[in-house]
Amino acid sequence: MSTALAQKRGLGAAIWDYLTTVDHKKIAQLYLVSGGIFFLIGGLEAMLIRIQLMQPNSDFISAGLYNEMITMHGTTMIFLAAMPLIFALMNAVVPLQIGARDVAFPFLNSLGFWLFLAGGLILNCSWFLGGAPDAGWTAYAPLSATSPGHGVDYYVIGLQISGAGTLIGGINFLVTIVNMRAPGMSYMRMPLFTWASFVTSNLILFAFPALTVGLFLLMFDRMFGSAFFDVGLGGNAIIWEHLFWIFGHPEVYILILPVFGAFSDIFSTFSTKRLFGYSAMVFATVLIGFLGFMVWAHHMFTTGLGPVANSIFAVSTMAIAVPTGIKIFNWLFTMWGGKIRMTSAMLWSIAFIPTFTIGGMTGVMLAAAAADYQYHDTYFVVAHFHYVIVGGVVFGFFAALHYWWPKMFGKVLNEKLGKLAFWPFFIGFHLTFFIQHFLGLMGMPRRYWTYQEGQGLDLGNLISTVGAFLMAIGTLIFVYNVIYTAMKEKKVSGDPWDGRTLEWSIPSPPPFYNFKQTPLVRGLDPLWIEKQDGKTGMTPAEPLGDIHMPNGSFLPFLMSLGLFIAGFGFIYQVDHKGWLALVFIGMGITLGSMLTRSLKDDLGYHVHKEELEEGGGNHES
Amino acid sequence: MANNTNSANKPVDFKKKHSKEEMKQQVITFALMIMFTLVAFGLVLAEVTSFFVIPILIILAIVQVLFQLYYFMHMKNKGHSMVSVMMFGGISIGILTIITFTTIIWW
Amino acid sequence: MSHDDVLNPKEMPHEPEKATHEGQNKFLGFWFFLGGETVLFASLFGTYLALNESNAQDPTRSEMFGLELVFIMTMLLLTSSLTSVYAMYHMKNNDFKKMQTWLAITVFLGLGFLGFEIYEFTHYIHEYEFTFQSSAMGSAFYTLVGFHGGHVLFGLLWITSLMLRNAKRGLNLYNAPKFYVASLYWHFIDVVWVFIFTVVYLMGKVG
Repeated sequence: MSTALAQKRGLGAAIWDYLTTVDHKKIAQLYLVSGGIFFLIGGLEAMLIRIQLMQPNSDFISAGLYNEMITMHGTTMIFLAAMPLIFALMNAVVPLQIGARDVAFPFLNSLGFWLFLAGGLILNCSWFLGGAPDAGWTAYAPLSATSPGHGVDYYVIGLQISGAGTLIGGINFLVTIVNMRAPGMSYMRMPLFTWASFVTSNLILFAFPALTVGLFLLMFDRMFGSAFFDVGLGGNAIIWEHLFWIFGHPEVYILILPVFGAFSDIFSTFSTKRLFGYSAMVFATVLIGFLGFMVWAHHMFTTGLGPVANSIFAVSTMAIAVPTGIKIFNWLFTMWGGKIRMTSAMLWSIAFIPTFTIGGMTGVMLAAAAADYQYHDTYFVVAHFHYVIVGGVVFGFFAALHYWWPKMFGKVLNEKLGKLAFWPFFIGFHLTFFIQHFLGLMGMPRRYWTYQEGQGLDLGNLISTVGAFLMAIGTLIFVYNVIYTAMKEKKVSGDPWDGRTLEWSIPSPPPFYNFKQTPLVRGLDPLWIEKQDGKTGMTPAEPLGDIHMPNGSFLPFLMSLGLFIAGFGFIYQVDHKGWLALVFIGMGITLGSMLTRSLKDDLGYHVHKEELEEGGGNHES
Repeated sequence: MANNTNSANKPVDFKKKHSKEEMKQQVITFALMIMFTLVAFGLVLAEVTSFFVIPILIILAIVQVLFQLYYFMHMKNKGHSMVSVMMFGGISIGILTIITFTTIIWW
Repeated sequence: MSHDDVLNPKEMPHEPEKATHEGQNKFLGFWFFLGGETVLFASLFGTYLALNESNAQDPTRSEMFGLELVFIMTMLLLTSSLTSVYAMYHMKNNDFKKMQTWLAITVFLGLGFLGFEIYEFTHYIHEYEFTFQSSAMGSAFYTLVGFHGGHVLFGLLWITSLMLRNAKRGLNLYNAPKFYVASLYWHFIDVVWVFIFTVVYLMGKVG
């Protein structure tokens, strides 16, 4: 079965290849492209919001459309841009960093992607089919339970499907990291990005079920007449708030932890130094993950939980500042005295530190429950979470993409364009959001469609909008850089940054089996250790032998397609029971595919030793 | 791929004996679980005051579940340390959720 | 080495479910999934506990719930848990026929459970007009117990299809992990039921 080794040609073959792939590197590309497109869509929505708020009493977009815009901006950015980009990085890097040939469940990995995409497409179909969800990205009941039209139905179904994909992806990475590490790669030798991915996957495993339940309750209320949030029949809207935030707060850490890990790897590589305080960093990562589950009610201080609950959650929230502080200082100490190379990746990383620290400080301010009554639902909150999410996660993506781009595509992103993208984005970001702290303190509430003239809000909003345009310019330059690099830049070696971890010991982009021979890991920063000993690559832990690889499969796509179809059935059966036909067809496709998967043996195939010997060396320098 | 088996007879015999031993424990576990269930239903039927009964019911349920997890699902055996981490992770977050829903969901 | 040789060794290992790398991954991944399911059911229990007195016009819990039926259902499910333990015991002894027999008994008991549950639901609906839509408590009750019932149904379909698929070819290292994982799932269903009969029925009766 050596056909997989042969290069397939033609557009149709290439598309088929991606539709059926179970290779984590290709799935990473799929996540990257779809997440990137959703990021641009979410950015466009943000621009429309900012244009609407540029001047007082504006009616650039109508109030109803504005509600849809803010809802979709938040939902798209969190669920459809940040999550897949996280998975893009994890797929591209984690198996390589632990010396694995593949992930633990290649089939489920691909299923996770297609489910995410199906959910994301359903959500965005709402724009063309009668209006997008308009109850805010938090979709608080009873507003969301009673919001007319089908908008919120799309929210419920879309997130349910993509959430299932995320959960599957999380379990896959947990098992990959536990079971698939190369010989010698003990837990305390794993690169920080792998550690962060491990903790993040844990958070996914425990946080997403709460969202699943919350979405089911909302779905039952909206589509099947149940009464969870219907006060008239004894329902209680606070249940949604709790379930949403039991999921929602860990979600924030799901987003930020992997980029923390990426920053750690970047700081250490470009300072040409071992990461300062490795074990403290690991401890801090785990602690953040742990505490992340005990703070959700700080989103609900003004709900009226009572002074005892508010105090408990205030204290636990403030406690998170401690491990985060450990991380900030360790990054600074990693750079201290190191031989620093100012690449684009490093530039984004250095910019992240003060930006994120500001976001962390306002976070502690918000954690003070009594003061939160003042800040709650104002632009102060908006400024805070954009400082942590854009200043942390988005900066992190840019840094990580610059850093790992050569590993994913074999070419270094153009450095000049990289820096050219950085400056407008960085300056624009602070222009947009710093002023919003003050707008919030002056009393401007979030989510409002417009504001009156002469309340002192005009100038601040104008500045904010100007900043947003600068951010858009920065993003577009980055997109241009991607195209430019693909067209013009030359291929580079497997190790362009003088890397320290295992992913840099193999060619770029890696062969589909990653490691011809599983490497033997002798310590933290395994490649660096070998380099110090004067070797060019890793010592193999096994003789050259046959490699077992999984077969590609079209079933994940089919399963997701089935749910996509069934999703529309669920949404529209409220209007006419005939739509239930779609539910049956869709679920039939999905369950049929599951049955096929269960009954048909899929044993994979072997790449033979002889083919590997022809294929060239494992260690490219 | 597969770690092929040991073809020597002795370890196999030992293992068979071991799993027989385990099976015996599992039957005992089952008997205890049935007993706990009977006690639980009995307490409710006897209409003992709820202040006293509810904590006992919960304790009986927890013990039963631990039996299930440790004996029926083999969590007591070797190679289940990661399993325990994940199960207890899930259980702690579950407990936190349930405490929330019984205390700070108000009218 | 072809797959057949690897998956059908001359002598089956003692723990065939964990003998291959794929088997170990499946074993661990499924346990992790159960960890996530724990949170899922905890959220449903939480919702039920928050709403169990919001019965609006419906009768209260202690008026409705009868213990006889629940007791029979509990016994059926507990016993099915033991029978699936027996099935796994015979899997470890590489006695495929006995394993299939015990699994069949498990499925049979599970079907009995499901039948009683459906009877119970229809009873509440017809006798008390207590439905999914009649009150918040009704919604929460049917969601929690129904999710469990759905899990039972899925487990039955899963175990049955595994039995049918492998009836002719017997046990090997490829399907052993599948059987093992399905039995874990079945035990987990029982774990959830222990809390349902305690929290929903017994505590509901006590009030």
